[in-house]
Amino acid sequence: MAVILSITIMVFDHHHRQTSAVRSGLSVLIYPVQYLVHLPIRGSEWLVENLSSRSTLAEENKTLKAEILQLRVNQQTTLAVEQENLRLRALLDSAKKIEERVLAAELLRVDMDPYQHQVRINKGYSDGVFSNQAIIDAYGVVGQVTHANTISSDVMLITDPSHAIPVQINRSNLRTIAVGTGHVNRLYLPYLPNNTTVKIGDLLVTSGLGGIFPPGYPVGTITGIEQSPGQPFAKVLATPIAHLENTRELLLVWREDLEDPRDLEDFSPEDDIELSLPKLNLDMESLQNEGSK
Amino acid sequence: MMHPQSGRSKLKPIIATFVIALILSIIPLSEDLRFFRPDWVALCLIYWCIFLPNRIGVFSGWAVGLVTDEITGSLLGQHALAFSVIAFISIQLQHRTRHYPAWQQALNVLTLLILHRLLMHWILGITGFPPNTLLYMLPAIIGALIWPLFANVMTNVRQRYSIR
Repeated sequence: MAVILSITIMVFDHHHRQTSAVRSGLSVLIYPVQYLVHLPIRGSEWLVENLSSRSTLAEENKTLKAEILQLRVNQQTTLAVEQENLRLRALLDSAKKIEERVLAAELLRVDMDPYQHQVRINKGYSDGVFSNQAIIDAYGVVGQVTHANTISSDVMLITDPSHAIPVQINRSNLRTIAVGTGHVNRLYLPYLPNNTTVKIGDLLVTSGLGGIFPPGYPVGTITGIEQSPGQPFAKVLATPIAHLENTRELLLVWREDLEDPRDLEDFSPEDDIELSLPKLNLDMESLQNEGSK
Repeated sequence: MMHPQSGRSKLKPIIATFVIALILSIIPLSEDLRFFRPDWVALCLIYWCIFLPNRIGVFSGWAVGLVTDEITGSLLGQHALAFSVIAFISIQLQHRTRHYPAWQQALNVLTLLILHRLLMHWILGITGFPPNTLLYMLPAIIGALIWPLFANVMTNVRQRYSIR
């Protein structure tokens, strides 16, 4: 009986995502347990922060001020570029840029299944979090929400083996897909042809295809290219830019152009791949044509 | 002569052991140590199934499994299925296992834990990307190794609260 019940639940959870009510209920039930684990660790971190010496604080203050200065300088040029971009867009009559809104969430300090790259955050459905919402940190893309529960949510990292993210190479605008490998700090780009123009050190940014991740956020840098003539595709590896291992604060991203962000709920990572594959094939065809010329 | 054992009052220590097992299974460990963490909840469940089969059984295993699924973020029903199966087998074997010496119990537990891991691996294989490393069986071996100690502690708890 229990076996049949479990199998039924698994099928529903895997295919239809209709178990969210059950999951939400359970998550509220286990939240105290999680908090019990989370609190002492957070507390000790807080203690360390508060007991740091005056000289360390002064030092930190100095570096932060320097950093702010640097960012201000960057900001000045960014504003000018943004204005220019708007003017050019107006000239081209193209769609207006999509605005994004972010909200900071804190990582719950609990371990989950070590074979799945997942983390849990302290914001949930009641904060407007929805399934498949994009998550970034101060450096780059972290992952997407898999289950939005009432007061907490599960986030799948981009390095999970079942995760794929549509990206483009910032230098050449070549679109492709980066899939997780199951190793922290490694992504795999399986669909780049052997004659690809990718170089080591190239920046990968989200392409915005697939509708889950907003375009333009950094994802990773290319760290390894292996071209073997016998294979149709090159073996390209990348390292995520986001600090996946030791990040504490994450940012949830909302796209303001959508009427209701929950419209996206029906998407799953698999749809994401299917949606972006046609584009990808196109790219590869054009590349191969170039190569044969 | 008082026999103060109306079920309810004695349920609390049992639930407490499960909660502690859940806490132990999510306490953050370093990246490498995480792979060595034994399945505390499975150990706890096997213990109660062997020594308290009229109170803890397949359905309790299923319920605990569901909570474990949520807390570890796995597919809902994955632990529930594996836990119901090992609860069923432990109850079938409880008359014998209970009187075995500790090391022989540990061997029994090893088999159960390996079965648990295999079931989980099988489900992961159906639904996505199973970890293709023998490291996946490590928690079962660690669990069997600590079983004598674990059973000792649990027996102390059981006698202290005179749970029968």
